[in-house]
Amino acid sequence: MDMNRRNFLKVAAGSSLLLASGTSADAREARKLSPDAVGILYDATVCIGCKVCQSACKEHNKMPVEHSSKDMLWDDPVDLSGKTLNIIKLYANGTGITKDSEVDGYSFIKRHCMHCVDPACVSACPVTALKKDPKSGVVSYNKDACIGCRYCQLACPYNIPKFEFDKAFPQIRKCQLCDHRYKEDKFSACCEFCPTGASVFGNVNDLLAEAKKRLALQPGEYYKYPVAHVRSRETSYRPVAKYQGRIYGEKEGGGTQYLMLAGVPFTKLGMPDLDETSDAAFSENIQHTIYKGMIGPGVLLAGLLFAAYKSTNKKDE
Amino acid sequence: MTEAKPIGGKIFTKPFLVCAFFVAIAGILIIKRYIFGIGAVSNLSDGYPWGIWIAYDVVVGTAIACGGYSMALLVYIFNKGEYHALVRPALLASAFGYTLAGASIFVDIGRYWQAYNLFLPWYSQLNSVMFEVAFCISLYIFVLWIEYSPVFAEWIDAKGLRNTLNRVMFIFIAIGVLLPTMHQSSLGSLMLIAGKKVSPLWQTGFIPLLFLISAITMGYSIVIFESIVSSVGFRREIETPILSKVAGLIPVLIGIYMVVRFGDLIVRGKLGLAFAFDLKSVMFIIENILYIIPAIILASPQNRVKTRQLFIASALMLLAGAVYRFNAFLIGFDPGPGWQYFPSFSEIMITLGVISVEIMAYMIFVKKMPVLPSVRHA
Repeated sequence: MDMNRRNFLKVAAGSSLLLASGTSADAREARKLSPDAVGILYDATVCIGCKVCQSACKEHNKMPVEHSSKDMLWDDPVDLSGKTLNIIKLYANGTGITKDSEVDGYSFIKRHCMHCVDPACVSACPVTALKKDPKSGVVSYNKDACIGCRYCQLACPYNIPKFEFDKAFPQIRKCQLCDHRYKEDKFSACCEFCPTGASVFGNVNDLLAEAKKRLALQPGEYYKYPVAHVRSRETSYRPVAKYQGRIYGEKEGGGTQYLMLAGVPFTKLGMPDLDETSDAAFSENIQHTIYKGMIGPGVLLAGLLFAAYKSTNKKDE
Repeated sequence: MTEAKPIGGKIFTKPFLVCAFFVAIAGILIIKRYIFGIGAVSNLSDGYPWGIWIAYDVVVGTAIACGGYSMALLVYIFNKGEYHALVRPALLASAFGYTLAGASIFVDIGRYWQAYNLFLPWYSQLNSVMFEVAFCISLYIFVLWIEYSPVFAEWIDAKGLRNTLNRVMFIFIAIGVLLPTMHQSSLGSLMLIAGKKVSPLWQTGFIPLLFLISAITMGYSIVIFESIVSSVGFRREIETPILSKVAGLIPVLIGIYMVVRFGDLIVRGKLGLAFAFDLKSVMFIIENILYIIPAIILASPQNRVKTRQLFIASALMLLAGAVYRFNAFLIGFDPGPGWQYFPSFSEIMITLGVISVEIMAYMIFVKKMPVLPSVRHA
């Protein structure tokens, strides 16, 4: 009898270790883009760094101004924060003269939530405070659910969710793609007020098609860049710059709904160099393998109950 | 079997008062945190959202509190009754360790007043590793106190209650082994989703297994460590024969751990990073040397009967597990350029306060309640 129990335990322990090793038959696949997903295409070569998007974002999301300079005259944040959901940053190299050139040049980059197709923050959040809308794909935050554990911050490869460390009753802050404006038939403020067409809003598939079209253009050639919305009839007619031959966000971490084009390598613009697989799927695969249907833990518990019953009863005799 | 008895003695000893001093300072700083926010007392940032409150108080703290788990595994599951005398003190330390880790969470989480959302089914997010960890640890704190409750029953001399508890205790013992198996591995899995932000020296699909094995090993180490410390501190005879048997398990566990640890690094082709001699590589080397030394010391049966060697080896093993956890959560974690973290004075003081509460409570409990085995006075 004793031998049997020991064997059983060996099997139970062995199988749970095997499960823990992360070998899985039916892996959880990375989430796919919804056909109705909306997003933003940002083209750094079209951006003039006027920061209208930044102030429009503050206005339409009721975010406070943030000062980095001593005179405190302007809203001049240096990075995303609990007060700033969208920011234009500058890359400069050498003489900094040529726009969109890696050497002796400069480029702007607009940073905010990427609205990942398979977001790590949503997978990480223990209380569903971060949710991805199944239709629009917008990743939004619910402060009434949030417990403030900041696991979303740890999980996000872009360091997007920001926490109000300076408040007694803090929240997580992040871009929600102005989803509160859709019902008024409006869209993201950063795009609506962008004068050059550097940021355009639209269906992600349209944005992808537009981005691919631009990559196929010849530098110097003239092109009608849509302004504000990817399907807008208002365009800005201007020469095409030399692009890095890829769309940032098309594949990164399983893809994002915020897509970027630029003339300078994206890593130089502060974008992380990510694999095409989603970390959310990686993490969930391992967890799901161990906990699938709670069968592993259930079997282990049955074995433990049996062993504990035997050993405690023996002692009473 | 030796009976457990309260050891008596006065409560307000010098070590107790030193601990009380730390608790008072931590108390003031915690009040400051609740009024002015987490930023007012810590160096935590959007890049380093987790600091020593998580890495030490929770991740290392609960691993050190695995004595109850490890001993239950040995005594009740592998049916080694001869270790029974070590179970109670181990359980007590575990109950404190986990309770304090659970309580310290309320200093760290920003929206603590909504913490109960974890248990509301419409908020529970089952894909979240954090959910599994938080839920499992909360449950285990209750289970630990139930496992410890016979001590209360004996203390107040409630025989009927003691018998009832004895009859159902096997259920809680079983759950009390299952839950740490789950959350000690998941504590490692927490880092999986951080992807490339964690150095390949620590980021691996085997992290749950590594965390589990090292937590169990730390469990046996703390039982030895604590037993020697309380024997010396309370001037009692040291239970060396039984401790040396427990110590025999440690090199075996470290051996298994090392095979997984280095096998994984070699298979992934990342072992080269260990010899880059930057901060991460140096910390990796320190971490693994700390694992190897206790394994070497305790592999020799002659060393296992020497209190001094047992003490050194168990302390080094605890340090090894702690450094591994700090490395996986902080040193190996790099959110990108521009971010840095070193705990602030206040952060450290709050953590010291948490540890002090634990030590004070342990001293009170063993003096007043039947926890430690009654032994002939040396």
